[in-house]
Formats: sequence, C-alpha cells, structure tokens
Amino acid sequence: MDILGAWKTRWGIGRMTYTINPGLYSVGCPDQYSPVLVTSNYKLTVDKVRKNLSGRNLWVLVLDTKGINVWCAAGKGTFGTEELIARIDQEGLKEKVVHRELILPQLGATGVSAHEIKKRSGFKVEYGPVRAENIPYFLDNGKRLNPSMREVSFPLFDRLVLTPVEIVIAMDLMLRVFGVMAILSALGILPVERADYLGLIGAVITGTFLSPLLLPWIPGRAFSFKGMLTGLIWAVSYILFLYSKGYTGSLQLFSYLLILPSLSAFFSMNFTGSSTYTSLSGVEKEIKTALPIILAALVAGILTRIISLF
Amino acid sequence: MGFKYLKDAVTLKLDTDKCIGCGMCEIVCPHSVFLIKNNIAVLTDRDKCMECGACSMNCPVSAITVRKGVGCAYAVLMGMFKEDGCGGGPSCGGSGCC
Ligand code: SF4
Ligand code: SF4
Repeated sequence: MDILGAWKTRWGIGRMTYTINPGLYSVGCPDQYSPVLVTSNYKLTVDKVRKNLSGRNLWVLVLDTKGINVWCAAGKGTFGTEELIARIDQEGLKEKVVHRELILPQLGATGVSAHEIKKRSGFKVEYGPVRAENIPYFLDNGKRLNPSMREVSFPLFDRLVLTPVEIVIAMDLMLRVFGVMAILSALGILPVERADYLGLIGAVITGTFLSPLLLPWIPGRAFSFKGMLTGLIWAVSYILFLYSKGYTGSLQLFSYLLILPSLSAFFSMNFTGSSTYTSLSGVEKEIKTALPIILAALVAGILTRIISLF
Repeated sequence: MGFKYLKDAVTLKLDTDKCIGCGMCEIVCPHSVFLIKNNIAVLTDRDKCMECGACSMNCPVSAITVRKGVGCAYAVLMGMFKEDGCGGGPSCGGSGCC
C-alpha cells in the first residue's frame, strides 16, 4: 500500500511552499498594548488571519508547525504548549507587550494546555473563534462569541471539496484491480466484460462522492452503512439497466448485488478521516463490525462472478 | 446540521466531583459537548464527542479523561496491517485528514 505514501509525499512537497517563517509579525502598527494572536505557519492560515485583521493594529505570533494548519498541528502536538512557551521566550514577547494575554484559535486547544502556559510563562490564554472570519467579532465584543462560532460544522461545500482526494485515492487502488482484471481477461483465464468495469466504477463514485455529499440525509450513523445503502441503490439500478439491455445471467447480476454495495461501503468508511466529527473509538468500532461483513460479501461476490463465467 | 457518529463508542469521562466550574471545557469543545450548569460542567451529548482531547488538555483540575485520537479509518487500517508501530497511535495522511 504505497498509495498513502505517495499522497503524503505529494502533500508534503506542496506543503513546503506554503510555509512562512515562524516569529512575531505585526499587522498595522501595534504597540505594547496591542493584542497578540497566535497561529500556525501554514501560509494559507496566516493569510486568512491577516485578511480578517486588516485595518487593525495587532501582533501575530506564528508558531513553527512545519507548515501544517492549526487543527492538524495541534493534533500532532506541534501547535502545542512547548512550542508556544519557547516561541514566547525566543521573540521576547514580554518586552514587546505590557499585558499578559494571548489569543489562540480554538482548534489549537487540542495541543495546548492553557493553565500550563499560564503557570510557566505568565500569559493567560484566551481561545478565539474556530474560523478566522469571526476574529473581528471576538475582538469587538469583549472576547465573547456566539456558541455557533465555537462549533465545527461540516457543510455541503466542505464535503464537496474533499471528495476529489477520495476519488483519486480510490481510483488509484481500482486501476490496479482493473489491471489485474485486464490481464486475466487477455490471457483468456477470465473473460471479464465491460459491464464489470462500469459496475465497479459506479460503486467507487457512490462510495467516494455520493455518500459524502448526501451524508446527513442517508439513514444510519456508521459511514460504511451509509455507503452500503448508496451502493445498494446503484447495484439495483445497474442490475435493472443490464437486465433491460438483455443481460439474463442471474448469477452475474447477483454477484453485482454483493460486490458493488460492499465496495461502496468500504470507500465511504474511509471518508471518516475527512469528516469533522468521527472519533477514533467510533472508527475502531465501525471497522470491527463492518470490515468482516464487507470482506465476506466481496469474496462471495467475486466467487459468484467467477462461477457465472463458466 | 448536528452530525452524530456512533452511539456509546467514545472514551470521554467527566468526574463532576473534581470539577470547579471554570468553563474551559465548554469553551474549547468544537462540538458543544459540555455545558456549565449551576457552576458545574455537565455533558450534553456524549455521542457528539470526536475525542480530540481539547477538553482534557485544558481542564485545570484533570476532571476530564478521554483517549485522544484521529477518527480516520485509513489510519486505523494502516495500523492493523503495518506492524512496525512508529509509536503514537494511528495518524493519517491519506484522505482529507491530517
Ligand atoms: S474530546 Fe474534544 S470533542 Fe470530545 S468532549 Fe472533549 S473537546 Fe469535545
Ligand atoms: S474544565 Fe474541568 S474544572 Fe473547568 S468546568 Fe470543565 S470539567 Fe470543570
């Protein structure tokens, strides 16, 4: 499985160009009373923060998160207590401002312990909003926020922009499978049909695109279950279509009923990583239940399809 | 839209005896799992927790425990197949996650 590695590298390479140097930056003309905002050194994040602060005078303390955004860096600990304390010292923040308060993005809380910071550096941590666009509201309203500004949502658009990555990763795997199928077919071992490829591609699309998009409206909580449902709808429609086109091999059609939903379920399950609300314990539980079923249905389906060829 | 993952799966625990009602957990949780009622933290809906660990990191009296992790099936699957265990639990890199 070097697909993951390839993606990591691709992301990694892209990431380097999106890094800015850690340190203390000024927006406008800040003085010793100006607020201090803390953020990651992922360039897009810094740009967003700056854009939302235009016309104000503030300090922006950029931590070294290796060019990774706040949420992911906080999860890994690079946007963390130690780095923040070290950066405060290194930049001589205590001499730059007379107050002792830092504003951190709320999503950084996963890596930062506010009371630790207070104890060890004297600075009080205030957690600002989740999204940079709400920073002005936060600053102008006595560092208070509406509850909705503290919540991570997962709107349709966010889900939509995440699907291309899912499709690419899934197709990367499927192209290998198609390769094997094509070789077996060319060697005359298994006469694979075009209908097989089309069915599989359809299942990839339901699993990686349709399920994420329709996520809140598909019944069930487990991602694999949702994917199984969209895959089932695809399988049934596809079987009816093939039947109307004159396919009557019932074993072949039945094999699609087993293969396509399980494949769709598997790819939907992988969308848990992109979602903003799944827990590790939940994912482990889901895999434990779903994976054996998916594999069993897949193997049974493939065997059925092979038998139907003879 | 309130997304909710599996029922009764998370490791989140709150020890109300220790809680001093500082409100930090309510502030940092990205899914509004905590609410301060009568100066004490209460859980609104445990199933909404994504085990990010922000609450336990920021509770000054260690009243909250949760196993911190990333809810990513790719990462968990990789962890199952790869035995070298580079330490530190599953981490991702595959799909849209970290
Ligand atoms: S672990 Fe994260 S999501 Fe769960 S309750 Fe704590 S802050 Fe909220
Ligand atoms: S952070 Fe800890 S002490 Fe503060 S309200 Fe929450 S549980 Fe209570």
